[in-house]
Order: sequence, then C-alpha cells, then structure tokens
Amino acid sequence: MTDFDTLSLWVAVPVGLLLVLGSTLTLLGTVGLVQLKSFYDRLHAPTLGTSWGTAGVLLASILLFSALDGRAVLHELVIGIFLLITTPVTLMLLGRAALHRDRAEKVRGIPPARARGDAGSDG
Amino acid sequence: MSRLIPHPLLSLGLVGVWLLLTRFSLGHLLLGTAIALIAGWALGALEPPALRRRRLLPLIRLAAIVAGDIVRSNIAVARLILTNGRGNSRRSGFVEIPLRLSDPTALAMLAMIITATPGTAWLEHDSENGVLLLHVFDLIEPGDWVTLIRDRYESLLMEAFA
Amino acid sequence: MSASFVLSLAFGYAQLALALAACFAAWRVLRGPRAQDRVLGLDTLYVTAMLLFIVTGMRVGTPFFFEAAMVIGVLGFVATLALAKFLIRGEVIE
Repeated sequence: MTDFDTLSLWVAVPVGLLLVLGSTLTLLGTVGLVQLKSFYDRLHAPTLGTSWGTAGVLLASILLFSALDGRAVLHELVIGIFLLITTPVTLMLLGRAALHRDRAEKVRGIPPARARGDAGSDG
Repeated sequence: MSRLIPHPLLSLGLVGVWLLLTRFSLGHLLLGTAIALIAGWALGALEPPALRRRRLLPLIRLAAIVAGDIVRSNIAVARLILTNGRGNSRRSGFVEIPLRLSDPTALAMLAMIITATPGTAWLEHDSENGVLLLHVFDLIEPGDWVTLIRDRYESLLMEAFA
Repeated sequence: MSASFVLSLAFGYAQLALALAACFAAWRVLRGPRAQDRVLGLDTLYVTAMLLFIVTGMRVGTPFFFEAAMVIGVLGFVATLALAKFLIRGEVIE
C-alpha cells in the first residue's frame, strides 16, 4: 500500500466516484447476465461493463496516476480504444453464432434467414 | 513521400500508441517511428482497399451524438435491469432495418456505434439487399428504432462517406 | 477525511463489486444453458477480471498490473473470437 495522503481531496473524490460508477455499472451488467431470461436479452447486459463500466475505471486510473506522477499518464487509453474496437467484433460474432444455431435447431421466434440462405456465409 | 509512408494514419497511430505505452523520450520516439514505418510497409504489402475521401465534420458531430447516446442508454439499461421482474413492461425483440449505406468502413463504424450503445445489438447484415437485423432490449415501437438509426446515425455517416 | 481514507473506501467498494461481478459471470459460464451463453459469460469474465486488475494496480500504486490487464484484454478477445467462430463453423447441430 502506498500512501495517498499527499493527494488532495480534489483528486481523491473524483477518482473514488469514477471507481464507484464504473464498478457499479459492471456489476449491474453481470446481474443482468444472470437474471435475464433469453440469450438475446443477455447479449445486451455486458455492454454496460464494456462502455461506461470500463470508462469509469480507466478514467479513475488516468486521473490517479497522473496526479501521483505529476505528468499525464495516458496508457490506459490504449485499453479503452482496444476494448472499443474489439467489443463490437466479439458481440456481433456471438450474436451471429447464436442466430445460426437457433435457426439450425428451428427455435421459435427467430427471424428466418434471408433468401440467400445460410447465415454466416461470409467470413 | 507516399512511397515512404504508405499509410500515414496507421503509422501515426502506432507512434502514438508506442509513446503512450512507454515513457516519452527521444529514443522511444525514434524506435516507435521506425516500427510504425515498417508496419506501414507491411500493410502496404497486404494491399488493403484504399479508403475513400471522407469529410471530418460530420464524423465529429456523430462522435458527440454517440457519446451522449451511450451515457443515456447506459442509464436506461441499468434502470431496466434494476427494475426487472418488478412489473415493468419491457419487451425485447428483433428489428429489421433497411440500410442505404454500402461503404464497408461506414458499415463498420455503424456496427461499432450500435454495439457500443447498450440496448441495441447488431446481429446480421445482408450485404446484398442491405437489410440489417438488430436486437433491441427495450422495444417500444419498432418504427421508432428504424427512424432513430436511419436519421440519427446513418444520415451523418452517408454525409461523411459520400 | 483524508484522501487515502476516501480512496481506500472507493478501492474496497470497487474490488468487492468487481469480484462479485466476476462471480456472476462465472455462474453464467457454469450454468449455460447453451454454449453461446457460456461464451458470453466467459467474455464478461475476462472484462471484469481486467478491470479488477486495474483497480488492484491503482490500490497498490504500481503500473505493472496494467500490463497484465492488457494481456487479459487481448487474450479475452482472441479466445471469444475463436469460440464464437467455433460455434458458427464447428459444432452445428443438424
């Protein structure tokens, strides 16, 4: 544990609030992941964690280390940008996989594939 | 110039990331620049499709709109999860939206916007007839979502990638 | 009210919330019911673990946890991508 008493409250309070905001949103997202009924509903839940959940924690980290070091520490932005780019890819692919499997099993209430036929025919 | 730096945006971005990950110093600047140049040549060997010219102003406006929307839909979805099972009448469902966009870069950006916003999930896009299949967490009126996506995001993207 | 008191309160809360979030995500991985649910749970578990590492790094005050968090992020992306691709191509029930 390092001593944070050199920091002023003007830094500590925003850092704390951002941390609480980020972790609460991530927690809410996983609560949704547990309690929602269908897969397509659950697909929405983790986006809470990957949007403002992550943003809150990363901003808190940027603020804290910048204040501690007395210079702009921005390397958390790399994780933020990376997550911003990769989350759509994984969720899209997961959604398509679910759609594909549900169609193959003829689950009710799933929109049918278009005339071209199979879902996921492009790579 | 364009032979030496075939992909200036990529190289610039790589230098930026390199400097973010290390402490800023002259040595790292040189090393990062060298790596970024080599990466640019390597990408040039792969011959990706060239980006067409795009306008920056609509993109900036779009970014501002999206940032606001993400905050708002975060609050909305968080509230829906908290009140779930306590008599709220949330109904989720699939929405089909005919898109006019066909530029792959613009479509990729639209996919990022839709997925990054909690409450909407991009499932499938048919590149032949341009129909996008979405899943919406809180489906009030399917028509609302069609107009929302088309007027709010797609028109700005059309402007930017015209 | 000193700065370190405020921060330790926030760190404690954030670590607890994220640990609980990781448990919920793990529950979804174990419970299923279908393969895509497990993959989605695993992806969420990766993200929460990454955030937990960042918060722990802030608490300890070293930037080294950050690099671990980045590795988790990259690995999580590749793992989820491979699993989702496997669900599309590999194991299709017909």
